[in-house]
Amino acid sequence: MSEPTNALGGVRYDGIAMIEEAGPRGMVTLRGDLDAPAFQKVAIGVAGVAFPARRAIVLDGDRGLAWMSPDELLLMMPYEAAGDAVAALGERLGDAHHLAVDVSDARAVFRVSGGAAAREVLAKLCPVDLSPAAFEPGQIRRTRAAQVPVAFWMADDDSFDLVCFRSVARYVFDLLSTAAAPGGTVGYFRHGA
Amino acid sequence: MSTRLQTGGRLIDRAHRESFTFNGRQMAGFAGDTLASALLANDQMLVGRSFKYHRPRGVVASGAEEPNALVGLGSGARFEPNQRATTTELFSGLTATSQNHWPSLDLDVGIVNDSLARFLPAGFYYKMFMNPRPFWKYVYEPFIRQSAGLGRAPKVRDADRYEHFHAFVDILVIGGGIAGLQAALAAGRAGAQVLVMEQTAHWGGRAPVDGVRIDGRPAADWVADTLAALDGMENVTLRRRTMGAGVYDHGYVLGYERVTDHTPCTEGPRHRLWRVRARQVVTATGAIERPLSFAGNDLPGVMLASAVRDYAVNWAVSPGDRTVLVTNNDDAYRTAICLKEAGLEVPVIIDARAEAAGELPQAARGLGIRVETGKGIARVKGGKRVTGVTLCAQAGEGAVLEEVACDAIAMSGGWSPVVHLWSHCGGKLTWDAEQAHFRPDAEHAPTSHDGRPFVIAAGAANGALHAAATLSDGDASGKAAVKALGFKAKGGAVARAEAAGEKPPAPVWMMPQGADIKLRAKTWLDFQNDVKVSDVQLAAREGYESVEHAKRYTTLGMATDQGKLSNINGLAVLAQSLGEEIPQVGTTTFRPPYTPISMGAIAGEARGPVFQPLRRTPMQDWHEQNGADFEPVGQWRRPYCYRRGGESRADAVNREVRNTRQNLGLLDASTLGKLLVKGPDAGRFLDMLYTNMMSSLKPGRCRYGLMCNENGFLMDDGVVARIDDQTFLCHTTTGGAEHIHAHMEEWLQTEWWDMKVHVANLTEQFAQIGIVGPNARKLLEKLGGMDVSKEAMAFMDWADGRIAGIPARVFRISFSGELSFEVAVPASRGRALWDACVEAGQEFGLMPYGTEALHVMRAEKGFIMIGDETDGTVIPQDLGLHWAISKKKADYLGKRAQARSHMTDPDRWQLVGLETLDGSVIPDGAHALAEGHNANGQRKTQGRVTSTYYSPTLGRGIAMALVHHGPDRMGEVIRFARLDGGDVEARIVDPVFYDKDGEKQNV
Repeated sequence: MSEPTNALGGVRYDGIAMIEEAGPRGMVTLRGDLDAPAFQKVAIGVAGVAFPARRAIVLDGDRGLAWMSPDELLLMMPYEAAGDAVAALGERLGDAHHLAVDVSDARAVFRVSGGAAAREVLAKLCPVDLSPAAFEPGQIRRTRAAQVPVAFWMADDDSFDLVCFRSVARYVFDLLSTAAAPGGTVGYFRHGA
Repeated sequence: MSTRLQTGGRLIDRAHRESFTFNGRQMAGFAGDTLASALLANDQMLVGRSFKYHRPRGVVASGAEEPNALVGLGSGARFEPNQRATTTELFSGLTATSQNHWPSLDLDVGIVNDSLARFLPAGFYYKMFMNPRPFWKYVYEPFIRQSAGLGRAPKVRDADRYEHFHAFVDILVIGGGIAGLQAALAAGRAGAQVLVMEQTAHWGGRAPVDGVRIDGRPAADWVADTLAALDGMENVTLRRRTMGAGVYDHGYVLGYERVTDHTPCTEGPRHRLWRVRARQVVTATGAIERPLSFAGNDLPGVMLASAVRDYAVNWAVSPGDRTVLVTNNDDAYRTAICLKEAGLEVPVIIDARAEAAGELPQAARGLGIRVETGKGIARVKGGKRVTGVTLCAQAGEGAVLEEVACDAIAMSGGWSPVVHLWSHCGGKLTWDAEQAHFRPDAEHAPTSHDGRPFVIAAGAANGALHAAATLSDGDASGKAAVKALGFKAKGGAVARAEAAGEKPPAPVWMMPQGADIKLRAKTWLDFQNDVKVSDVQLAAREGYESVEHAKRYTTLGMATDQGKLSNINGLAVLAQSLGEEIPQVGTTTFRPPYTPISMGAIAGEARGPVFQPLRRTPMQDWHEQNGADFEPVGQWRRPYCYRRGGESRADAVNREVRNTRQNLGLLDASTLGKLLVKGPDAGRFLDMLYTNMMSSLKPGRCRYGLMCNENGFLMDDGVVARIDDQTFLCHTTTGGAEHIHAHMEEWLQTEWWDMKVHVANLTEQFAQIGIVGPNARKLLEKLGGMDVSKEAMAFMDWADGRIAGIPARVFRISFSGELSFEVAVPASRGRALWDACVEAGQEFGLMPYGTEALHVMRAEKGFIMIGDETDGTVIPQDLGLHWAISKKKADYLGKRAQARSHMTDPDRWQLVGLETLDGSVIPDGAHALAEGHNANGQRKTQGRVTSTYYSPTLGRGIAMALVHHGPDRMGEVIRFARLDGGDVEARIVDPVFYDKDGEKQNV
């Protein structure tokens, strides 16, 4: 019986910001009618955190609930708990039209930490306003990093969690490392994390 | 000669010497020099040869507008051609080489073009090289390519790194002169997020050079104070060495930061491309001085008056001991005064105007400088550098009045606002007759998505040339930007700038105004592309009345400087030739970038390993470690075959096919698309997407399906597994996963929004392994965990369970014709299962196989492959797939299209198999030859090969082809063209070559 492995075996790069492969992390895609109170109740119940507003993510330790699109949520939990979460969602939502599926293995997760430098690393790759005034903890952004889709949010005041598809984990790690290579400080977000 | 002055030099640090080489010669300059100022300080007046006539050329300008001083910088992996010496900061170890000369800069063979100049007029190439036509490709073009062109392309991979950076601001100020800084101050005080870009390494623009005083103090002091104030504002960012390169729709602006050009070999990126979204853009980009058009104005030693002043004040460099000033305006007198005050000689000021009575001319006269009004330059004397000048009446035709010896000429034809960035996104210009220039028309500013202006021109770039106006216009522009965004402009004292008053210039487009053809043919407009007054006049005579046509015919303004010096003079000459007013002729289009930016900056990080995303399966490391030869499939790299020992690729493929057919093969099928479709309407939805019936599929079963687009053409295929009543798992081709997912979402979101269906792309969630061959079941039984017997799992069944302790879904499907299972496990367990298979499979003769063996085996079975048998013009009916098209369904995507007359035409080419008579392999894509020739004289065809392989199973070449009436012609022998000109005979056969009854997969 093998243990689940993450895509790159937990690599890290220490540059102007720290890049670390995290995970494996439990993730469940849940699609349905986000406006329905019953749906929200089930999502909250299974996720164990509050319901997120548009473009928001609610985190509590290793559990979380993120708004992905007008009809899609992402539930996060410990890797081992994903299967039970899918089962619980199916059971509690019953006949209500929805789709709940384990996507834990479809993703790679990276932690980018280093305050202002972490913001700059992402701003080199993603067309997103990463200034502290515009991007704060509690927000989630689906965008692209160079040529591939990614999503990220702030894990705390100084670091980001970024998810991408598993097959491009190497590309994304190389991208982040390149952007974080020595001498690459832009100095744009100098006034705060 | 040009030399370094003993004192002065506002930007140089005499304590720090920097050594560099030019064409291999050791030279020295100071920290703070540009390459141009250092070359001039070393009396290196001649810096290059012109493009067409190979004329000697020297430094003309002191900034981004420089047309002549282009050099190759660096060497090897850091070589870069066409770099402007005027914007290259000097550093120790810099190596520069001049361009466009052979064999040497001083002795250039191409100069012969100069004596042939009258045979090389505008449009020469168009006229000369039209006929005979084959000569263009084989004679003319190679010759022109050899003789033309500026720098040479680098030959070695670039050693540096580059990057992008995305920034979002309220107000972007482009230009760090006094107008830009004042605009930033106004915007910053109001609380807006402000980014200021300055293309040079220094703030303040021209004001400190021109002796401007602000609030009673030297401009430099105000600049320093203002920078300190801006630096103290958290909402303001200042970036030097960053050029505003282009302004685009919706406030998108590109900035080009030269991060380490001045300190090469340090850590960090060389260039950074700023990708800015700005709500308002203030273009405080200054103005560029225009040359005057007189004979010999291209000789080394003839420079812009402002440049002469810059070199003297900023870098303590004098271009000559005796400098003649020629002008049509007051501002240029500052140069004469500055040179005189530096102790240099100004033998005469030649002013084309009838009168020069302003403050500055009077000051010059007060210094004892001779001023000649109403005069012009008849001709510049000299060869590789200026030796003197002859004077004439400006109103006349060039009769020489006197000759004055000099070694430099400072010229000024007035100033043109830098309107490029204003114009990039549609800002219009207005002709300012008093100042004789185009300036931004505030009534027709570039507009954003909301129809409101988003660019504001400021200072000299807005036509506010005089320092007092420049500063107050900068303030007004900053406040206007603030107001446009709904911020409240804060009060606070606005500084006042003072400078000597100026009388208006007189427009002078030719000197003398009646210059004869001999003079006009030596009067340059575009120094870099060698376009003269006579060329533009010829273009006008030959009917090129539009400025855009005249530009392309003469190449005026088409060089790397994009006509920064030549455009206005050129179109003025064109207007005169056409007898029209300048505003009626108009300008050519200003396009980004403002000056050339590096290819590296555009590419950003996208090079080497991150040039393109390469998708990797969980087993990719194993493939790499086990001899895989890869082939690209979409963004994946799939093993084509696994070579053993000294095997060739062909041998490896043959071995893999034979082994799979006889023993056991292992395939990494993880790349196949896996789309989960769920909902009460999922069956109905899939019935519309696939040509066959999916809603009747039973849970636990699989069905092969075809997907067509609305034009009826086959776009994808794959096996659909029904998971439960509401859920289907649709397999797509490797390359189709993303676009079929998008296809599904598009139909659900735009057309069938009432269907209750959700789709999720699970391609990456699962690793999938094909276990193929007579021993497949034995391997699974050994790994254990699931009953995969014939009874428990029939062909086209699937089941969930555990294999080797790993949660797995097993599909009994076959793309090879063998007993075959595909096992899907969570991606994180994929490598573990693969390793377990490899280990446990040894006793069963297991060998992994790649995509080519997969292709060969499917072709032996007559299975089609999307992209081989299909090319976007093929419908399922062409491929004999009628069995997969439901007759019962009322509709499916493509159904109506497939009923169109051309789709039901019996003359459409149909799929058949081919066996070559000699056993050889037909070339891929080969056409089946028919009798006769078509209207174009080409051989008629009656079909084409879609797949062709050597079949190790059958020991011969096999192929699939689309052939006219093919299925009706079984047994007939037709011929296919070979690449070597011969042809090959093949017999039309059933496309199923192997195990027609499917006995091998049904065991």
